[in-house]
Amino acid sequence: MALATSGSAADAPAVLSAPARARRFRGPRRGAGGPDRWSGGSAGQRLMQHLTPWLFLSAAVGLLLLFTYWPAVNLFYFSVTDWDGIDLTKNFVGLDNYVKVFTDPRIFSVFGVSLYYFIATFAQMAIALYFATILSFSTKFQNLFRGILFFPYLINGVAIGFVFLYLFQPGGTLDTVLSWVGVTDPPKWLGDPNIVNWSLAGTSVWRYTGLNFVLFLGAIQSIPRELYEAAELDGASRFQQFWALIFPGIRRIIGLSFILAVAGALSVFEIPFIMTGGANGSATFVIQTLQTAFAFRQVGLASAMAVVLLMIVLIVTVIQRRVFPDDKVDLT
Amino acid sequence: MARKAIGALALITVAGLALAGCSGGGGGAGDADNTIDGEVKGDIKVMTWRTDLIADGTFDKYAEEFTAKYPDVNVTFEGITDYAGEMQTRMSTTNYGDVLGIPTISPDQYDQFLEPLGKTADFEDTYRFLPASSYEGTQYGVAFGGNANGVVYNKKVFEEAGVTEVPKTEDEWLAALELIKDNTDAIPLYTNYKDGWPLTQSFGNLGVVTDDPDAPITMAENKAPWTEGTDVYAIDSLLYDSVAAGLTEEDPLTTNWEQSKVDLATGKIAAMTLGSWAISQMQAAAEDNGASADDIGYMAFPATVDGKQLAVVGGDYNLAVSKHSEAKAAAWAWIKWVVEESGYTEAQGMISPVLSKPLPDNLAGFTDAGVELMEINPAPAGKESLLADTANDSQIDLYGPLYRQKLVDIARGAADGDKDSYFAELNERWGAAVDQLAG
Repeated sequence: MALATSGSAADAPAVLSAPARARRFRGPRRGAGGPDRWSGGSAGQRLMQHLTPWLFLSAAVGLLLLFTYWPAVNLFYFSVTDWDGIDLTKNFVGLDNYVKVFTDPRIFSVFGVSLYYFIATFAQMAIALYFATILSFSTKFQNLFRGILFFPYLINGVAIGFVFLYLFQPGGTLDTVLSWVGVTDPPKWLGDPNIVNWSLAGTSVWRYTGLNFVLFLGAIQSIPRELYEAAELDGASRFQQFWALIFPGIRRIIGLSFILAVAGALSVFEIPFIMTGGANGSATFVIQTLQTAFAFRQVGLASAMAVVLLMIVLIVTVIQRRVFPDDKVDLT
Repeated sequence: MARKAIGALALITVAGLALAGCSGGGGGAGDADNTIDGEVKGDIKVMTWRTDLIADGTFDKYAEEFTAKYPDVNVTFEGITDYAGEMQTRMSTTNYGDVLGIPTISPDQYDQFLEPLGKTADFEDTYRFLPASSYEGTQYGVAFGGNANGVVYNKKVFEEAGVTEVPKTEDEWLAALELIKDNTDAIPLYTNYKDGWPLTQSFGNLGVVTDDPDAPITMAENKAPWTEGTDVYAIDSLLYDSVAAGLTEEDPLTTNWEQSKVDLATGKIAAMTLGSWAISQMQAAAEDNGASADDIGYMAFPATVDGKQLAVVGGDYNLAVSKHSEAKAAAWAWIKWVVEESGYTEAQGMISPVLSKPLPDNLAGFTDAGVELMEINPAPAGKESLLADTANDSQIDLYGPLYRQKLVDIARGAADGDKDSYFAELNERWGAAVDQLAG
């Protein structure tokens, strides 16, 4: 049984042209220049040769500076002003906005909502790990199931929001399905303040499990085949193989997923924003930042909130790197 | 080493050029001949929130009629669905059309973005609804149309429930809704909580409870406006008490504005607190769904002062000329033409901002019921943006849905507290902002 669908030369796609096929199977063509083709030439060519890597780099780095670092610098600048988002003058107010972020209890209390998403990430990783393990062994309709599991991640977040909005409606899809199994009095999935965040977190799990799944699957398949064979010869069960081989083998990718999940839980945005607009106690920190900037016209304060969130995510990541050091995995 | 430095320099230059490309621009807007009194010619772009009127060709027809009168002008339109939100971002550029509806920027910022149109005093004989776009005696915009504020309702449902007279006080209102709940299948009051903005509409009634044409300033200077006897207390109480009595939709988190129009028209919803602009949309929904346009009624906010009922009339978006326009005279000519001659307000059932024009037919019910129309006075100099500033500073979004959604949540038992505790919290936050701003 092949480990992966890609990479094995035997089932190369039929669309390759005949010469390409020839190159692929007979190695590089000879006599077309060889490795020392570039070493000669005039001074201009040499200059080009030196400049080429920089030219390639400049496009990518230029875009990075323009669209990531320059806005970030602007954000820091706004965060020390009292700008309302429109006025042509921005007054410098020093650290006032930061003081307000840390002293106004209303700003920080919304981090409680992130806890729901944080807890949900455990379910998300468990489901992803379970299916990644099962589907890395020989299973019926293996590729179909892989596709099904990854599919939600490919759907646009806005579309998912709307789909689940209908699902959670009173008398909607979910209630209908539950009525088949005898649940006659379902709760209001979005209207009940005790349930709304679980509903939203559940939607988030549905959406991101596919991503975790693919990461885990890839990692599991990088474990050498012989180890499984050896384990099977030793009479290890599937579960023992999981604990002794797979789990330690993909520890690093689990650690990475965990960091992404925590950062994601802190900065949840589109699902609650689309489905409830942050109403009914489902506002997250990012939604609140957005409201501060555009509903209350306090772009300065909102920028400070964004900077603080960035710092928190950085700190969480650093702590996690300490707790889960980036050690080499050794399976031998 | 030197090679590396050159490379790095090249890179920084590229990045610098890319950044420089973002600023700059403009040109022509500062031309001395380019004033609103100049020659009417050039290309103008009209920004609009009425995407439906672009789609059905109404605006193209306007443009045709306008260019028949001013052949040197070429009019184009840009429709924006999320007009309020998107225009706020657009205002930080120089590219926000030649004619625009003024988004929510505070009056003291008008001169940064808009071309002054003249002294407010010179407009007063011709136009209504001037205060919203006037600052320190200078006029920056003219309303495109005006609305009355009140409640749109389904007459048939009210009749079926046995409500013979439209409610004139909050008690009568609650009693009427209770009758509807008991005697019909309709939802008595639909909040449109999920869509949010319909919740803000009842704020337009500010002033009718106390018969105070200076209500916005009164509120901006009151340290505890959520106290019995004030306008905002009555407006928010009506919502709170209706929700608390179970007279609104079952799950507010799944409301749907488009569907609500059909439901009101067909009698599944009895009432919604919306401006009179909604009447024509409800009537259209009624006719599209097999009901009669005559079923749609409009009543004043249920409050009575000294035996009379009042309704605030106010302007919709105000049309203004961009400071960065290159054809200011043409832009101003368009505004005057579209407001006075296009027939927009008549077609939309809105109140014309031109004083000499009659009230629309759909407010006939108002006149029959003896409802008096009132206009809010202009804010005194220096206080034009006081209410908005206080709202922003206290983070109570008078013009947005957030604090009212919380109010609904508390009323339906989905959040902690009760009416008194929430109003006390609002008063505390508002009071702190008033201390800072109004002094």
